[in-house]
Amino acid sequence: MELIPFDFLAGLAVIAALGVVVLRNPVYCALCLAGVFVALAGLYVLLSAPFLAAAQVMIYAGAILILFVFVIMLLSPRVDQGAGTLKWQRPLAIVFGFALIAELVLVVALAVLPSARGPYTPERIAQIGSTQAVGASLFTDFLLPFEITSLLLLVAIVGVIVLAKKRQ
Amino acid sequence: MILDPMVVTLIEALVKTIVVIVALLTAFAYLTLVERYVVAKIQSRIGPNRVGAIGGIALLQPIADAIKMIFKEDFWPAQADKIVYTIAPGIAVGTALLAWAVIPLNPSMEIFGYHVDFYIANVNIAVLYLLAISSLGVYGIVLGGWGSNNKYSMLGALRSTAQMISYEVSLGLALVGVLMISGSLSLVDIVQKQSFIWNIVWQPLGFIIYFIAAVAEVNRLPFDLPEAETELVAGYQTEYSSLKFALFYMAEYINMLTVSAIASTMFLGGYQGLFGILPGVHWLILKIMFFIFVMMWMRGTLPRFRYDQLMGFGWKVLLPLALANIFITAIVMVVLGK
Repeated sequence: MELIPFDFLAGLAVIAALGVVVLRNPVYCALCLAGVFVALAGLYVLLSAPFLAAAQVMIYAGAILILFVFVIMLLSPRVDQGAGTLKWQRPLAIVFGFALIAELVLVVALAVLPSARGPYTPERIAQIGSTQAVGASLFTDFLLPFEITSLLLLVAIVGVIVLAKKRQ
Repeated sequence: MILDPMVVTLIEALVKTIVVIVALLTAFAYLTLVERYVVAKIQSRIGPNRVGAIGGIALLQPIADAIKMIFKEDFWPAQADKIVYTIAPGIAVGTALLAWAVIPLNPSMEIFGYHVDFYIANVNIAVLYLLAISSLGVYGIVLGGWGSNNKYSMLGALRSTAQMISYEVSLGLALVGVLMISGSLSLVDIVQKQSFIWNIVWQPLGFIIYFIAAVAEVNRLPFDLPEAETELVAGYQTEYSSLKFALFYMAEYINMLTVSAIASTMFLGGYQGLFGILPGVHWLILKIMFFIFVMMWMRGTLPRFRYDQLMGFGWKVLLPLALANIFITAIVMVVLGK
């Protein structure tokens, strides 16, 4: 009974992810990607991380992907324009793809990943709230990486403005 | 007969969802009538007064409009993308309805010995959920504009994307002040904490920023650039007809109701009465109607922004003000030692 929502969301995510890769029309691909993001958000909710779910939908589906769609619409690439204009791209992609699959299978089979258990158990998060838990760890344990990330983003924003202004 | 508690919860959620959706769709039908009367009054006209008129008010007009819509030809542009063109109005209405899952409508009470909460879900990320859902709303417009394969539709869609992304930032930041005061992201908690004094007393600037950004989010005048009729025919909905057009219309009105409900809940105490008098759903309805009236009033009064004015206002005025609001709120809270 508990597995039904998981199966549904996981199935949706896999089908949508396949759509992103297989479909030729870039707008369809973007739509499928939105489906992946929403399905992932649902999985986060099942893993009692509702903050992550909301942030996922808001930032990825609501902001980043909309910008992708915006660019796709502005450029309006032809639908029949196939991928693979670079000759060496396809063989390299196959090699890397198989390497990634092998790596994933190996990690899952051997359970190499350490079962990291921080102070935050699902019960504790339910008690203090998902958002509070994320906020507390961001501003205490991970303050330095957090601030460095924000600085990086600021640099990127300034860089974009400088590059965009240069044309005029 | 004893039912599984999970089944009971599911049935309860289903019943509430159906009630809320039916109420919203009825409200949509009659809001179109209200808008026609309000705008008619502002422009010194009489307004609809023929269909089922009782005392000069055409009570059956929305039903007549609906029947007319259904019997219109469902037009398909020749080069339209069939799938995207069809699902776009559905996405618009779906995201408009979804927001209502977390809005508390009435204080909890016992009915026939059974405890009833008048909200569909009380999640502790409700405000983030609202922002996430409203950020998905833009897909309906964008896909509608792109799927129609029409230059005017496309331009409307591009405008709406830029506009909604720009104003979403200020919209979200305007709510942060309230969150800082309430210390909770759950709308149920936020309303309960306003039982005596509403948040607007502490957050007047946040309220104004929220309301302006919300009007821009629902593409109403003076921010209706995505469908500016003098420039773009009808923007993203140019090619739509029949029920698909009606769905876009429905999405616009339900979005108006949604942003009004959020403004009422976050800043005006939701179902809480003035100084704690008789809390109940009537207060929420009254506050929502007030915001709806203001939006209709603005439509009847204000001219449309120019596109560069719109962007300049959003990024250079609203956003800094919203950030300043957060800054000031933080300083005051530290000084008062809250």
